[in-house]
Amino acid sequence: MSDTPSGDTVLEVRDLHTHFFLRRGVVKAVDGVSFSLKRGEVLGLVGESGCGKSLTALSLMRLLPKGGARTIKGEVLLGGENLLERTPAEMRAIRGRRLSMVLQDPQTSLNPVFTVGDQLREAIERRRKGASLAEIMKEAVAALRRVEIAAPEQRIGQYPHQMSGGMKQRVVGAIAISGEPEVLIADEPTTALDVTIQLQYLKLLKRLQAENGMAILFITHDFGVVGRMCDRVAVMYAGRIVECGPVKQIFEAPSHPYTRALIASVPKMTGTVGRLTTIEGQPPSLMDLPKGCRFASRCGLVEQRCLDAYPATVQVGEAHTADCWKVSPS
Amino acid sequence: MKRYIARRLMQGVALLFVVATIVFILGRLTGNPVDLMLPEDATAEDRANLTRALDLDGTLTDQFLIFAGKALHGDLGTSIRMKQPAVQVFFDRLPNTLALIPWALLLGMALGIPLGVVAALHRGSWLDRAAGTVAVLGIAMPSFWLGILLIFVFSVELGWLPSSRMGGPEHYVLPVITLGTFLVAGFMRITRSAMLEVMESEFVKLARIKGLSETTVIWKHCLRNALIPVLTLWGVFVSNLITGAIVTETVFAWPGIGRLTYEAVIFRDFPLLQAVIILKSILILGVNLGVDILYAYVDPRIRLP
Repeated sequence: MSDTPSGDTVLEVRDLHTHFFLRRGVVKAVDGVSFSLKRGEVLGLVGESGCGKSLTALSLMRLLPKGGARTIKGEVLLGGENLLERTPAEMRAIRGRRLSMVLQDPQTSLNPVFTVGDQLREAIERRRKGASLAEIMKEAVAALRRVEIAAPEQRIGQYPHQMSGGMKQRVVGAIAISGEPEVLIADEPTTALDVTIQLQYLKLLKRLQAENGMAILFITHDFGVVGRMCDRVAVMYAGRIVECGPVKQIFEAPSHPYTRALIASVPKMTGTVGRLTTIEGQPPSLMDLPKGCRFASRCGLVEQRCLDAYPATVQVGEAHTADCWKVSPS
Repeated sequence: MKRYIARRLMQGVALLFVVATIVFILGRLTGNPVDLMLPEDATAEDRANLTRALDLDGTLTDQFLIFAGKALHGDLGTSIRMKQPAVQVFFDRLPNTLALIPWALLLGMALGIPLGVVAALHRGSWLDRAAGTVAVLGIAMPSFWLGILLIFVFSVELGWLPSSRMGGPEHYVLPVITLGTFLVAGFMRITRSAMLEVMESEFVKLARIKGLSETTVIWKHCLRNALIPVLTLWGVFVSNLITGAIVTETVFAWPGIGRLTYEAVIFRDFPLLQAVIILKSILILGVNLGVDILYAYVDPRIRLP
């Protein structure tokens, strides 16, 4: 785990709003998210299911699910240019080449009727226009070797169903990074894997990142994984980032009550065996958000002002912010 | 693979035995054909001769054994009307039907599959509803009605196309349209629903993440997966065309096996009818086996056991 790496900002997200416009009402799934990502940095985006993590990622890719989801406000600056203003054709040129993504479930991420080599080829071809098929296939073999797949020459002609889940996820990784993107979004890439395979995959991601210097937005609900993978972490709750800072600081001195509760609910291997700490209650409905702090209904420290207005972002340390009335600036 | 085919062929033989038995019994249940075939004033001697010629003497078991024994040697009796072996009559007519089937299938797929894709892409729009209406019309229009309507418009009123019999390419147009219209609807509906399901897949999302064009995403990644259920329908339709072109072939006086079936019924040519049913069953078994083998090529996950 390193300190915040120096270097230029490659991705900056400002005040992103992505809502679902349904007949029943508006679901404010992403409601004012801001963060930035430096070159070579791993930023963890943590939160419970349904807090808007994945939708944030899909908003950045501009691959929102059908059925009323729209990004209505904000900026997604990749190398200074706002992706939200790009045409669909310009976005296609950016996807895979500059901004890429690994999906959650390796069992369904690969097309079952095409060989692994064919699916890799499509991704490599975009970077190597005009290269011969033999050259591209050679590169596909190299890409599989890079993600530590044994006997890549044989694997290249196989279909996804002939591989294990962990192997498929490594293939998905190879496809996602074959365009040498500046930013890779990893949306819970290890959630569907066996625990023993998870660590392998995380190490692989770390190594690939060190090799080509890409920045990673690592989405997870697992604080344990955050500690292993990330330089900084952003904690998301009900459509907003409530705390953001270097991993070390967040682990040692979490400021936001939600972050504290999340860290407390991670099972520990040391200490007395007791009941698992949980967070009481439910997150608010994204269709009917309170005007005050969104965590207020579950927070032990709640006061009147928490219910009246959403707290301003407080600078609690260098590069460490929290949205809470109860924290004081450093 | 070879073992799979061998096993399927064995099953086919067993199934054929059942079909032949049912055909045999039905033939005996519908009255004595000798009574139907001879005039009222036939002599007892005439009746006895015909009974022997049709292998109808002896007990039912004897009759069946003779029937089965001859069938094994490729003899399914002699057509009463045409005075020719029924098998030969069938195979003389078969090419005419087979000449229609590929065109009808081609028409059905060439229109139905793209229409289904377009309908799925524009789900809920006027395009989708228009394609749905075409599909309902295609399924709802009976082929005798559509065939006669086409003859009326294009042969009688406009005089552009011949109304009946085989001949040059122009003779194919109306029968193929009549057969194909039903298929367009079926292919369209099944392509649409399969596409809608496939388009939600994660691998489609990954294809987009790679930065592939929408054309590649839809027509390569989605359609290839959506074709698996289409193939199932393909088997059903080929079987339907083999057995069910009866109406269309009759309307257009097309000398295929559909019309042959009709003639066998109308003229009470029961040996011919028996032969037609058994031979059609063999064709359908063959088509189904072919489709199952094709599956393995379209979907690599299927390994034939």
